[in-house]
Formats: sequence, structure tokens, C-alpha cells
Amino acid sequence: MAIKLKRNRKIPAEGMKTLRHMISYLACDRSLLILIFILIIIGIGCDLTGSYLLRPIINDYIIPGNISGLIRMLFILGGVYLIGVSAVAFRSILLNRIAQQTVHRMRTELFDKMQYLPVKYFDQNQYGDIMSRFTNDIDRISDALTDSLSDMLTSVLTLSGIFILMLYISPLLTLVALITVPIMILIARRIVLKSSRYFKAQQTSLGNLNGYIEEMISGQKVIKVFGHEHQVEEGFEINNQDLRDKSLKAQFYSGMMMPVMQNLNTLTYVFITIVGALLAIYRSFDIGGLATFLQYSRQFGRPINELASLYNTIQAALAGAERIFQIMDEEPEPADAPDAIDMRNIQGEVALKDVYFSYDPGKTILKNINLCIPAGKKIALVGTTGAGKTTILNMLPRFYDIESGDITIDGHSICEIKRDSLREMMAIVLQETHLFTGTVRENIRFGRLDATDEEVMEAAKLTSAHSFISRLPHGYDTMLENDGENLSQGQRQLLNIARAAIANPAILLLDEATSNIDTRSEICIQQGLDRLMEGRTSFVIAHRLSTVQNADQIVVLEYGEVIEKGTHQELLNKKGKYYSLYKEQFG
Amino acid sequence: MLTVICETAQPMFMARIVDEGVMQNDLSVVSRIGLYMVLTSVVGLIVSIGNVYTSSYASVGFATDLRTSIFNKIQQLSFTDIDRFSTASLITRLTNDITKIQQVILMSLRLLLRSPLMLFAALFFVLRINRDLGWILAVSIPVLSLSLYIILKKAFPYFIIVQEKLDSLNEVVRENLTNIRVVKSFVREDFESKKFRRSSGELRDMVTRASNIVITAFPLLQFVMNFSILAVLWLGGVRVIDSRLQVGELISVVNYLAQILFSLMMLSMIIMTIARASASSGRILDVLNTKPSLQDTPDALAHNYQVRQGEVIFNDVNFRYADGKTDALKNLNFQIYPGETIAVVGATGSAKTTLVQLIPRLYDVTQGEIVIDGHNVKDYQLDTLHQGVGMVLQKNVLFSGTIAENLRWGKEDATYEEMEEACRAADAHEFIVNMADGYESMLERGGSNLSGGQRQRLCIARALLRKPKILILDDSTSAVDTDTELKIRTNLNRMLYGTTVFIITQRLNTMQSANRVLILDDGAVVALGAPAELLETSQMYKEIYNSQQLTV
Repeated sequence: MAIKLKRNRKIPAEGMKTLRHMISYLACDRSLLILIFILIIIGIGCDLTGSYLLRPIINDYIIPGNISGLIRMLFILGGVYLIGVSAVAFRSILLNRIAQQTVHRMRTELFDKMQYLPVKYFDQNQYGDIMSRFTNDIDRISDALTDSLSDMLTSVLTLSGIFILMLYISPLLTLVALITVPIMILIARRIVLKSSRYFKAQQTSLGNLNGYIEEMISGQKVIKVFGHEHQVEEGFEINNQDLRDKSLKAQFYSGMMMPVMQNLNTLTYVFITIVGALLAIYRSFDIGGLATFLQYSRQFGRPINELASLYNTIQAALAGAERIFQIMDEEPEPADAPDAIDMRNIQGEVALKDVYFSYDPGKTILKNINLCIPAGKKIALVGTTGAGKTTILNMLPRFYDIESGDITIDGHSICEIKRDSLREMMAIVLQETHLFTGTVRENIRFGRLDATDEEVMEAAKLTSAHSFISRLPHGYDTMLENDGENLSQGQRQLLNIARAAIANPAILLLDEATSNIDTRSEICIQQGLDRLMEGRTSFVIAHRLSTVQNADQIVVLEYGEVIEKGTHQELLNKKGKYYSLYKEQFG
Repeated sequence: MLTVICETAQPMFMARIVDEGVMQNDLSVVSRIGLYMVLTSVVGLIVSIGNVYTSSYASVGFATDLRTSIFNKIQQLSFTDIDRFSTASLITRLTNDITKIQQVILMSLRLLLRSPLMLFAALFFVLRINRDLGWILAVSIPVLSLSLYIILKKAFPYFIIVQEKLDSLNEVVRENLTNIRVVKSFVREDFESKKFRRSSGELRDMVTRASNIVITAFPLLQFVMNFSILAVLWLGGVRVIDSRLQVGELISVVNYLAQILFSLMMLSMIIMTIARASASSGRILDVLNTKPSLQDTPDALAHNYQVRQGEVIFNDVNFRYADGKTDALKNLNFQIYPGETIAVVGATGSAKTTLVQLIPRLYDVTQGEIVIDGHNVKDYQLDTLHQGVGMVLQKNVLFSGTIAENLRWGKEDATYEEMEEACRAADAHEFIVNMADGYESMLERGGSNLSGGQRQRLCIARALLRKPKILILDDSTSAVDTDTELKIRTNLNRMLYGTTVFIITQRLNTMQSANRVLILDDGAVVALGAPAELLETSQMYKEIYNSQQLTV
């Protein structure tokens, strides 16, 4: 590859960047790489010496008929071969380890990087496409590294070694051997340009397909309910055909490389034979020399062929690498300011001052929000769907950053607080439940990793989750899979609440936390939640006004603006929006 | 095949040039044979380009078809089956595993045929030149094949584990993606990274172990072949000395050996890919061989019943999940009349969702039968059943695409007027027209640019477009404020006059306005009756009633 790239100055800047990036990954295990390099040189040295020894063996021993000399030479040759083979074996194993280690490192770095991307990134990209980068794209790189790296290095080194030996035997024949090189370069360049484009397209298309599959398998119930199987199959077919198209082209163009190179080599071989024969006739070039030279020219062709045959693996790997580096180059969540503070043991006073926010420029979602929640108080956000209630909760842990205005906690702007410490002081319970593969206990403990088993149980008792958990087949050790599929929606929600409880946060954000729970259970949970909210600043979104009427402050939102504020009784007396909402619910 | 002949013929020509041309100083032989060599090489090029095209076409085409048939197969699988495979694993199988198979087919078509051919051609020429030297190969090649076989056999189980590890890695990534808000809010990025690192490390170890076995193949090959060359030199050298063999012939035998070594190397590379691919193909067959548990019976196809009235009868229905230890639903017996609105009520985990999912056959009953309009649900074709039974799920799922595209799931050829009507009924029209592109606005992944309530209303509208005879709403207005919910309910009553409605709800208002309320407790019906009646007779309903009235 290195050779081809040297020859190919016109390779797109993008490709070069990706390549450099890749090499920097490999360069980490420098000492091992050097060892491998030495082993490769030994291997090649033995290989070449082996071929070179053919000349004296034929010229000096076989033709004169020196049998004892022949035996001695054969022993030497055998020794050379043995060293060569062990060098190759040793090197392969080392290289394999390095390759897998490199891939592992890339994978984890990709994942680490992903953890620090803003929420917006996840809202806008298909999960399946991101997953494809972890499996399909990384796999391409792994293929290239394990299967090709050693071959590549060997080929390049062999090429140079053979070249020198050829030059030594006969400069004229070497010149002949080089005749086809310019043609090779020309053709290689054309093929590289064409196929690299299609490989990129192929990996993108595969990512899209993965995205489609992920979405459709996750939404399988809806597909069934609507009997939409055929339409989905058609949609899949479109993606599938697109992938077929791209990969056919990628495979074809890259596949050309090998036969073209191989035949050009054969051609070179032919020229050498003819010229060599002529030399032997007219300039009495020795036949042993010609045999050796031909052997070399075969060997000269072999690395080129190998490089060519590795070519599509390499192209695919580069295309995959580019998609991985794409994520690596994504803008992460803005870094904490250098003087950001690490807040512990906070009071929990929260204030929003003139807050404006929009997801898309021009479409303001929150307008001029001004709220002040004293530490330990409970504030309820009420309003019609789409009024901006959830958006406010998104602002507090900085899932999204406000456009203008300021949000402060204990008087410090949230932009001046370290993001981790900001999020650690809050716990959030969303309407959509989120559980991980693992036991019930592990899921609750996610809220605080060092919680003891007793603490886990206490949190579950506090939030009324204990009774259903103890009825599960293995209690707290019951395995949950596929987002807790074996639980009902309400039970899943209880676990989410228990998880928030164990985190022991100063600020609690509840977004429709109880709407999936039946009202009788809700009373129990509500008691638990009330106990939980005691002494904590809490933001509660709920449609069931019964859950919010004991709030210290109720804020009614409409179209992103605060239209009413006050206690339950104050708002009822006002006979405004809250009053009418309340009337409908209990009227 | 032609390529192989063309290529392998070269050293043969070379031998003639050396022996006839050079040895006898005959220039004309050199130029004549040289011309042959050039010609064969050109023919070889043309033929092999053709081979590249056909092999690309065949392998890519095969992979495409395979993907389609697996995906279509997944469409027929029941949830029980899908749960068994897990989403992440199905995704890996559809992309990663198939790609592995595609690679091996491509390689095989290009090389598998070619390498043995080259091998045999080279063997043939060696034997032609000198039979005695051929014996060396007769020994070394079986030795090689046997050792390759052993290597393969050892490596194969590892490749299966590799793919399984890839599944679990995929699952970690998927969960991290879907739960990213939770991860971020609890600041568990490092925890997740650690989890991933473990998973990735396991994958690395497995791959390393698997390839280490396979990798030994190559030096082994080289070893055997090198010693064959030694043997040739010895035996050949002795024969040359005895003048039973020409020097040129000896040279070309050595050349052929190099060629054999090369093709064996290729072969071992292919074998390595095959080992990996056969693990993959096993996993694919696994999916393809799964018998779909929900299927149209021949009876259903023959009758072609339609849902016309919307009467639903449960006869002694029991249901147990595949992995369940006890029945989730126990001995259900009730009859719902056409056009009734039934509120399904019960504590968290009382199997409300399970009950309604049996009606459109998302799962099949374990015992008893469900009868719609006089026919067992199993006697309906699934398509027509779903046409007649609309359902809005608790977890609302929207798909990437425009709002209109999502709505058309309900009715494929829905006009804008129809969509608007449904959206007005679901109280979604207003927010839709307020969006930048109205009905053509793009939804971000899963509708993440909408609020929870907006998503629910879209899902309701989608179901309404279908104009079903039976509509099931599984707590589908929980994120909608009461004001809006009331509006939606009145609209539903108007628009779906005569439709049987099952509505799972926690809200007293909704229960009170239903014709009858069905109370479930731990999978059994404890009460079924008009709300007013239940207030008198059912302790549980009274409790629910009080729990929501208490605070007024």
C-alpha cells in the first residue's frame, strides 16, 4: 500500500488524513513493531538467500557433478529455510496480537468519544448506523490489519530486497523488469480513485441499511399491528439494492487490480525470459544466473500481486476508518471552563433568568422564562402538550444549552459548574423507561455504584418497587433483557424511580414519572416520592393534577411562556388556565 | 480456467526457451516462443477481468438476496422468536455475518477454483517433465492437506464464539444509545466505557485466539514446500549429474514449486475466510430455519373472513409467556358487544397490556379461544385481522421519515383530507401545521423532535386512519393533558361510531365515560360492569374512584 500511495500523489486529502490517523494508532506499540520489523527482515532475508543459493547450487555443484558439495549446500539451504519459517511464524503471532489490540483500542476510543457527544447528536442520527461503525466498519479494519498488515510489510520489503539483488545480478535485465512499472502506476491510480469512492459509498450504504434494520426490528410490534410487513420489506429492498449497487462497483473496480497486475507481471516475466535468452546467446550470460534472475522476477511479481490482492481489503478498511474518524472528529459537548467549579453538598436553589431556547434556529421554544425555586421546594410544571415543559428539564442538566439568559444553582451559573458535578447533583426520571441488560439489582445500583444491597432494597422499598421485585422469580437477581421486556411498563417505571432514589440527588427531575402507573399504586409511590422529595428541590411534570397540587409552586406554561404561577389555591382562586384544566379533570 | 492455463504455461515456455533456444543458440525459437508467451498473457488478462466481473456480480447478488430473505423471514417471526435472538444479534446477522459470507464467496469464485487449478496444472507440468520428482509432491501435498484440516477443525468453534461476542458488543452499544439520557444524567459515562471495554476486550481475546490457530497454517505450508524444494534439488541434482534430466527442466520444476506454494498460500487464506464464514452461515441458517409461530392456516386462507361487527368473546383464555413460570392470564371469560367502549383497568403488572395484545394476535393464546364476530381469531388471515383491529401501543414508535409517511402506515393511499380528519380527531392537526413543513416535516429518529404527547397523538391519528372495527388504546394518552384527552375522546366517539374500543387507562374520567369497565387483578377478571354499577359492587373500583377523588 505504501508503495501505491507514494506513487499516487493525487489520492484525495481525506484518504491521506485517514491513513495517517490509522498509522498513528499502530505506532503505539513501537517496540513490538520494531521486533516485528526485524522478524520480517529475517524472514525475507532467508527467503532471498534461499533463492540466491540456487545459483551456486546449479552452477557450481549440479552442473560439475559435485555430489558431496551439493549435500553440504542443501544443508545450508535447509537451515536458511528453517530460520525463515520460524521468523514468519513468530512474526504472525505477534502481529495478530498487535492488530487485535489496535482494533480494540480504536473501538473503545470510539465508544469513549461517543459518551461525550451532545444529546443532539443522538437525537439526529440513526442508532443502527452508529452501531454499524462499531461492528461492520471496525471489522473491515480488523480484516485489513490481521490479514494484510504482515503481507503488506513483507511485500514491500521483499520488493526492495529483490530489486537490489536483481540489480546486482544484471542491471540490464532489471531495467527490462521495470518497463511495465509506469503502466502499472497509471492503471493503479485510475483504479484507486474509482474504487475508493465506491467503497466509501458501500460502507455508508451498509450503515443506512443497518439503521433501517435497527429501526424496523425495534418497531416490530407496530409493523405487526398495522400489517405493514410488505411495505417494510419493500423499504428494505430499496436500501438493500442500493448497497448491492455500491458494493458491486466497489468489488469490481478493486477486483480489477489483481488480474491487471498479475498479467502485467507475466508480461514482465516474458520480456525477461526473451531478453535473458538473448543475453545468454550473445553475451554468454550464465544459465544459473538466468534461472536465479527468473526466480527473482517471479518473486518480484509476487509481492506486487499480493499488494494488488490485498487491495480491496485495504480500500474497505480505509472507507471504514473514515467513518470511524468521522465520529471521533464530531464536536463533543463543550469542555468545562478552566475555572469551572466542582460543587458538592449544594443547597439546591435553582433560578432561571430570562431564559430563551430553540432547537432549530428561528423556532423559539422557550421565551423569557423567569423562575426561582428556593432550596428544597417542589415546583410543578403544568400545561398543554408541546408547551415546553420537558424542554425546561432538558436545560437543567445541560442536555441542551440555553440560547440566552442564565440558569443558576445556589447562585452559580450552570455553565460555570463542572458538567459531571452538575449532573451528579440531579436525578432524572423520564416517561420513557430505560433499563439495561442485567439484574434488577444492577439496574437500581446504576444510580449509585457503591450502594450496598441493603441500600438497594431500601430505595426499592421507599419507591414501592420492593413488593413486585420480591414476587419476581429470582427477586433482585432477576435478569432483565431487551429493556426489561419481561416487566410491565409500570414496573419498569418503578425501577427507574428507585434508581433515581438511590442516587440521593439534591435536585430531582420527574418528567411524567408516574403517568404509566395505576392510580392506586400511584398513591403508594407518591408517598414514597414525597418522602424522596423532602428536602430536595424537585421539578415535577404531571398531567394528573392530583399529583402536583401539593407543590410549593405551580407554573403553567403555554407556547413556551409562563402564563400563571402560584400555589394550588392561589391559581384556583385566579380562575385562569389552571382552574379550567383542573375543572376538566375533576369536574 | 483459461487464466490458469495461460499462467501456468509460462514456465513451460520458459523451459523451452532455455533448453532449445539458449542451449542451441537458436534465435528464431526464442522470438517465436516469446510471442506465444505475450499472446497467452493478453488472453489471460481478458479472461480474468471477465472473471472479476462475474464473481463480483454473483457474490454481491447472493448476499443481497440472502439479506432480503432473512429480513422477510424476520417479518414473519413472532415476538417470542425475536426476543430469543435479541435485536442486536439479528442486526449483526443481517449485516456483519452476511458480509463475511459475501467475502468468502467472492474469494472462492476468484481463487478457490483457480488455486486448485493452478495447483493441478503445475502438478501436471511437473509430472510431465519428470515423473520421479513428482513423487515428492505426492508426499508433501497430502501432509499439507491433513494439517490444514486439523487447523480448521480447531479454529471453527472459536469463530462461532467470536460472532457471539460481537452480538453482545452490539447490544452494549445499542443499549448505550437508547439510554443515553439516563447515562448522561447519572454521569455514568465511565461506567459504560468500562462495560464496553470489557466486552471489546473479550472480543479481542477471542479473535486473537482464533486467528492464532489459523495463522500457523502459513508458516507450516512454507516449511513443507521449502523442504520439497530441497528434495527436488537433491533428487533432481543427482539426475542432472547422471544426465537423466536437463538443467532447464530442473529450473522449471523449482519454478513450478514456487507457484504451487503460492497457490497453496492462497488456498489457506481462503480456508481461513471459509472457517469464519461457516460460523456466520450457521447463524444465518438459524434464523432462516426458525418456523414462524404465527402463520395463516389453510382454513384462514380459504375462508377470508372480515371483521365487520366488532364483537369480541374470550372463552376460557389462558396465556403464558414462553419464558414464564405461571400463567399471565387466567381463565378469562367475557363477551364485548359491537360498538362498546371498554375501559381496562388494573394495577401495574396486572396483565392489561398482555390481554389486549392477544386480540390482534401479537401473541397466541395458550389455552381457550378468542372469537371475533363468531370466528376464532386464528381463522382470520393476519392481514385482514390487522385491517379490522387497530392498536395504539403503549410505547409509541414512529419511524424516520415525514409525518405524512408515518400517517400513511395507517392507510397507504390516504389523501391529505383523510389525514387531516384523523389528525384533527387526535388533536394533532394544530401542532403539525405549526411545524416548519406541516405534514411534510421530517421526524428525527423515533420522532425525538416531538414532545411525548405529540408523539402519542400522531400514533392515535395513524391508527384512526385505518378506520378499524375494533380499536385498542393501550394507555395511549398518558402523556396528553386531560384537556386534550377529553377532546380526543369526544372526537373518537364521533368518528368511530359503532367501533368497539378497548382503552387501557389510569384516569377516572375515562373509566367513567366507558360503557363498561373491566378490572384485572393479577391476570384474572375481578369485575366487569357499567361504572355506576361497579361503584356499588366492586371494592376495587371504589378504591380507584376514591384515590382520584380524594384530593379534590
